[in-house]
Amino acid sequence: MSQYVLRRLLIAIPSLLGISLVLFVVLALAPGDPFSDLATNPNVPPEVALALRAKFGLDDPVYLRYLHWLSAMAHGDWGFSFVSRMDVDQLILQRLPTTLYVIGSAQLLALLVAIPVGVYAATKPYSLFDQIANTLAFVGFSLPTFFTGILFILIFSVRLDWLPFVYSTDIDATGIRWVLEMIRQAIMPVMVLGLFQAASMTRFVRSAMLDVIRLDYVTTARAKGLGQAKVIVKHVMRNAMIPVVTLIALQMPAVFGGAIVTEQIFRIPGIGSLLISSILANDTPVVMAVTFVFACLVVLFNLIADVLYGWLDPRISFR
Amino acid sequence: MLDKELRSMIGDVKDGRMDRRAFIKRMAAVGLTAPMANQILAIGGVAMAQSPNPYPPTKRGGGGPLKLLWWQGPTLLNPHFATGTKDQDGSRLFYEPLASWDANGNLNPILAAEIPSVANGGLAADGKSVTWKIKPGVKWHDGKPLTADDFVFTWAYASDAATAAVSISTYADMTVEKVDGLTIRIQFKNPTPFWANAFVGAYGCVIPQHLFAEYKGAKSREAPSNLAPVGTGPYKFVEFKPGDLVRGQINPDYHMPNRPHFDTIEMKGGGDAVSAARAVIQTGEFDFAWNMQVEDDVLLRLEKGGKGKTIYAVGGDIEFIAINFTDPNTEVDGERSSMKTKHPLLSDPAVRQALALLVDRDAIRKAIYGRAGRATANYLNGPEKFVSKNTSWEFNIDKASKMLEDAGWKAGADGIREKGGKKLKLLYQTSINGPRQKTQAIVKQACQKAGIEVELKSVVASVFFSSDVANPDTYSKFYSDIEEFQIPMTQPDPALHMRRYISANVATKENKWQGQNFPRYVNKDYDAAIAAAETETDPVKRAALYIKCNDLLWKDTVFIPVLHRLKVEAASNTLRPAISGWANETDNIQDWYREA
Repeated sequence: MSQYVLRRLLIAIPSLLGISLVLFVVLALAPGDPFSDLATNPNVPPEVALALRAKFGLDDPVYLRYLHWLSAMAHGDWGFSFVSRMDVDQLILQRLPTTLYVIGSAQLLALLVAIPVGVYAATKPYSLFDQIANTLAFVGFSLPTFFTGILFILIFSVRLDWLPFVYSTDIDATGIRWVLEMIRQAIMPVMVLGLFQAASMTRFVRSAMLDVIRLDYVTTARAKGLGQAKVIVKHVMRNAMIPVVTLIALQMPAVFGGAIVTEQIFRIPGIGSLLISSILANDTPVVMAVTFVFACLVVLFNLIADVLYGWLDPRISFR
Repeated sequence: MLDKELRSMIGDVKDGRMDRRAFIKRMAAVGLTAPMANQILAIGGVAMAQSPNPYPPTKRGGGGPLKLLWWQGPTLLNPHFATGTKDQDGSRLFYEPLASWDANGNLNPILAAEIPSVANGGLAADGKSVTWKIKPGVKWHDGKPLTADDFVFTWAYASDAATAAVSISTYADMTVEKVDGLTIRIQFKNPTPFWANAFVGAYGCVIPQHLFAEYKGAKSREAPSNLAPVGTGPYKFVEFKPGDLVRGQINPDYHMPNRPHFDTIEMKGGGDAVSAARAVIQTGEFDFAWNMQVEDDVLLRLEKGGKGKTIYAVGGDIEFIAINFTDPNTEVDGERSSMKTKHPLLSDPAVRQALALLVDRDAIRKAIYGRAGRATANYLNGPEKFVSKNTSWEFNIDKASKMLEDAGWKAGADGIREKGGKKLKLLYQTSINGPRQKTQAIVKQACQKAGIEVELKSVVASVFFSSDVANPDTYSKFYSDIEEFQIPMTQPDPALHMRRYISANVATKENKWQGQNFPRYVNKDYDAAIAAAETETDPVKRAALYIKCNDLLWKDTVFIPVLHRLKVEAASNTLRPAISGWANETDNIQDWYREA
């Protein structure tokens, strides 16, 4: 198996190179430049804007810039943000904890809701519980997060005045009060995002379970006199989880990548809002770094999903 | 007002026969108001008034936290790298200039011991030098004393092209020398009527030589202090997360008595203007939010029973429709809107004037901008001294139609006017922005009634305002017939604002469209007036020259001013911010306080 993992990692190298090339070219061809503010400012003579472009290598041909970026990356140098004139890795590390906390909690909430609800609904298809769960799931994933987000703000912040709607990374408290404040300000974004994810995941878990629950071996297990709980947990769930694991594994990069819309609404200083503000400011080194990290995570979690398959279903071999 | 009369009045003030306030009142009566009346007095030899002190707190600190919400947070904290007001605002919490502009256009001393004047020997009579005295006893946040060397260094740092400072043009054409430990002299090459530019306001912040000396020029990006500023300001740096958060705490050694009022300061970034308005006005989660680009009805709704309100500051920002004097549809040597072409429709003055008659400023103001705009015919709207009284605007579809008819533009079968086989069809572009697009719709409708077909186009702001040479949709390439946006006036003097439109500044392929004269307006009289104004030290004559420039833009219909826009901020009901239309929002942050 270690050989399999190693081989997969080696295969990943050319694909990541390809991805980085595509990203780089697309960003280089995209309109706009990082010094647009300077262009409209009469205090700044055009020479300065042009000198800055030259200094930051924006006037070099694309292939040269790409090679430059690649060799710097190989040395662990992620480049620096044109806008902040600060190193990109520092910028990302500053944002990562917040993203992991908020988006991670939302994913966890989604899992905690989706798996039990999906499993239970599948064991009693078309029951009242199943129908209510289905309806809520449909409503849940039909409502976009920017709508529910604003709705939550209007209800819980403006009308009821229970929760703050501006996320603060700097809470003026210590100890248990700090923990409580951190939880309090995360409630709305986590709910908005988590319930949205949970809705689609519930549907997925339910149908995966239904596919397996009707198979002959399950009936056999029941005929042998095994208890309902044991049949569901040991026999049905283990097999039904294979597609679910893929879904979850492929969503993991999103945990690191942040949720752009939700982060904007609640002013959460995560990777997603960094990405969007960098795109708007044409801060290409940051956009490049964030999207490339994202690509690496997708490749990595694909591999993890493949390894998990083998553990869930030993018939899948690593070759 | 007669030159002689003014001079005798200045003499009266000087000799004490008339007090300053009476002088300013009489200036106001003839159309010049406080800000520039004060500048006149200063150059006329009377020291500028120290503005009355409206700051009641009687001790330093005790005001608790001050929470600011900037919907675009600062992304860097070196004032000489600031690529936008958000960065200047963030830097200004820690760094300070010699003086800043207050709401009345007065210079307020900050690090200066006094404001230079002819009387105190600060201003040279020939207009070629200014001597500033620095307040003694000021310390950097790390305890080192502030001296004249720091100012000389700041000048050398910013004017060095390799540093790539955005403040370079403020400092490039002058030399700064040390007179003694606490005095500097700024030498200009030519007589400079607007002497209060270097070391004043946004680009005026002084940086410590002992921390930046090694990082001048090519190494400027590597300075650790770029991310952790050490200044002289009312707040000491604590923490910075680009785009998200700037945090500071009270400077216990601050050089002004009883200031600052707040114990900590926090500037949060991100989100959008509407929710920022909500967080200040409606829920009161924050004390102050900047730049409320929100429709007036929304603000009015939030203000009902809210915890805050909007406040307005008058500056010189102007929203306008610019006219292209060259042909955007013909390519000459790989360049559209080339200076070798003439616009087939808009080179006819009748068409330009008819267009100006078709912009219903009143309706636009009432329906869209509300309290945040004032209808105007002028491109130059402030300070009062420079505002022309010779211009006027009106909205009159019939008059516009008649004007076109008389000029030979006859309506065709489709109702669109034409002349010599050319149809009156215009492409009207702007940046994607709600109020702007609504304005487009209002103008289009009026044009239709007068027989002009208008096609609307809107470009995403980050492209429209970029200097990207490869992109055809930037405002400076101007590949359309007319376009609308806003130009902010960054200082209470029109020199930079009006200089844009001299012929040498035309945006062309040759200068990579970095020239700021995007309408491609060429007028020898305009060029001559600007050249004369730039070295004219007589304030009255100089004002007349800029008024002449404004009137030329109006007469030739280079711009159709839509609105004189005010700065709109949101503040909690108890906060008393010191905001000036002529300065950045945080430029007088040491004077902010909260009413108990």
